Amino acid sequence: MATSTARRTSRAHTSIGIDHVPRGWRMVGRYVVLGVVAFLVLFPVYTTVIAALKPGSKVLDHPLLPGSFTLQVFRDAWTEGRLGRYLWNSTVVAVVVTTCQLVTSLISAYAFAFLRFPLKTFFFGLFLATLLVPIETTLVINRRTVDSLGWLNSYQGLAVPFLATAFGTFLMRQVFLQIPKELREAGQMDGLGHWGFLTEVAIPLVRPTLGALALFSFLSSWNQYLWPNLITTEENMNTVQTGLRLLNASVPDIERFNVPIAGTVIAALPIAIVLMVFQRQLVRGLTAGAVKG
Amino acid sequence: MSRAHGRPETRTRVAIAYCGDVAKVRLDSITKIFDSVVAVEDVSLDVGDHDFMILLGPSGCGKSTLLRIIAGLEEPTEGDVYIGDVKVNEIEPKLRDVAMVFQSYALYPHKTVRANIEFPLKVRGAPKAERAAEAAKAAESLGLTEYLDRKPGQLSGGQRQRVALARAIVRRPAVFCMDEPLSNLDAKLRSETRAELVALHRRLASTFIYVTHDQVEAMTMGTRVAVMSRGELQQVGTPQDVYSKPATVFVAEFIGTPPMNIFPVGMLDESGYLVGIRPEHVLVDSASPVRAHVDVVEHLGHETLINCRLGDTRVMVRLGGDEVAPCVGDDIGLITPVNHRHHFDATTQRRVDE
Repeated sequence: MATSTARRTSRAHTSIGIDHVPRGWRMVGRYVVLGVVAFLVLFPVYTTVIAALKPGSKVLDHPLLPGSFTLQVFRDAWTEGRLGRYLWNSTVVAVVVTTCQLVTSLISAYAFAFLRFPLKTFFFGLFLATLLVPIETTLVINRRTVDSLGWLNSYQGLAVPFLATAFGTFLMRQVFLQIPKELREAGQMDGLGHWGFLTEVAIPLVRPTLGALALFSFLSSWNQYLWPNLITTEENMNTVQTGLRLLNASVPDIERFNVPIAGTVIAALPIAIVLMVFQRQLVRGLTAGAVKG
Repeated sequence: MSRAHGRPETRTRVAIAYCGDVAKVRLDSITKIFDSVVAVEDVSLDVGDHDFMILLGPSGCGKSTLLRIIAGLEEPTEGDVYIGDVKVNEIEPKLRDVAMVFQSYALYPHKTVRANIEFPLKVRGAPKAERAAEAAKAAESLGLTEYLDRKPGQLSGGQRQRVALARAIVRRPAVFCMDEPLSNLDAKLRSETRAELVALHRRLASTFIYVTHDQVEAMTMGTRVAVMSRGELQQVGTPQDVYSKPATVFVAEFIGTPPMNIFPVGMLDESGYLVGIRPEHVLVDSASPVRAHVDVVEHLGHETLINCRLGDTRVMVRLGGDEVAPCVGDDIGLITPVNHRHHFDATTQRRVDE
């Protein structure tokens, strides 16, 4: 009697969930949801690309359908928007920022994870506290500092304020803490110093997370808008994001309003390529440590 | 494979030059305090060259801490560590010429077996060809040749354990420290590996310091055993000494399965001491006036263990497998031969030899 009650209860429980739905239908439901989400994400990309591939005069004819095809708009955007120069600037800044963020995160995270020093917890708390400070509150003071150093309109000005990140330190410290203590000690016995252990053992073990951090750093540096806007007055030193604003402003003609659109496609391409290349790395990094072993 | 042929470039990098009995280790009044917990208290110990010294004790007795102090992974709060004639307190682990085998093996998971074994040599800047040759030799001696290109994750526990040993051997250290290296192996593999370690010790002619809580390992492998309890050294001696002449009540009860029977003062004689007697030395004799009540009888084939009660005291008796065993509930007579009695001071718990 007791058993049958229990069985009935358990059946009642499962009927609340979706377990009673046949497997095939569940798959259909899943794909419908995924399809809708994919549509929401890809639709703006689609319209942007479609608009950029049409001659300006035809853009508004059938906005959602591909029509006459030309690459002229891309050429215009590239030359008029000086996108070559701006892409170069963005690349330089993003590469420098990413490289330095990786180095500083690794070194500081190593200290917090493996070294013993006074006030360690306090300093780590201080690092984390900077995550709570919105970037807008430091903009003015940072601009003044950069100005006083004579770094307006320079790569230093664009990159130096972002060379270290509390987020990266935090992320790398967490994965370092998962490295067994015995490995550090085995390294010590084998003759590894701190630097040797970092490069020979710790970094290879956390490579997926490191890859994810690199990608995040690159993306966030590439997509910077407010800061480059604040410290660049010379046209030459624009990044691609601020460059797009200039391009937009320089094309008042409604007939040619798809030139800046083509500009955004060009600006997004490097990111899309980087994402595609590192996608696996990114997913592995985000789930690293979720499963033991 | 003698240490005298150690790689010269390694020697020159070592800050200390051991001389005389190279692999002698001496601990002088070592105390280690973690926060306020005393892990090791005033331990002095001499480990001779080529000794296979076992640090034996229950978990938490400070034996691993002591080993880590020798290896340089912990600093003693007080006291000095000598390797050879050199005080090594201030010397980094890598310069002590000590290798360590960890309980968890601590292999580098991203490196192949070959790279793991070669690694200590690589760090010391040995040329590639020499590294490969040494690693191949170490791998061969431990039966690892066919696994050289695998990663540790693809090996069984026993194989990983041997890789850890190979990584230690390849350095040809003066002293091998091993922290319960067999505890993650199953029983069969453990007994095989015990024999291999003894053979290895003989072949390498190095000093081994081996931590374990397993008295079987201690008795079968060690040339000498140091028994520890609660951070203090209880006794140091050959396995036979420790068994037949336990220095304290703790050692008497810790070594031997089942442990030595300890009788309260005045129960067996008028000496005024606690009296200990091993289960195999207690005799059953129906004529004896000392009567005990049998609670449990365990037939193990080659022997029979009888758990009985003498007043309030538990007494274990070990009989040969072919002797006639009493039944549960029987009253039996016991004889405790005087020549097999051990006396301990009731206050200090230390052995009293009369």
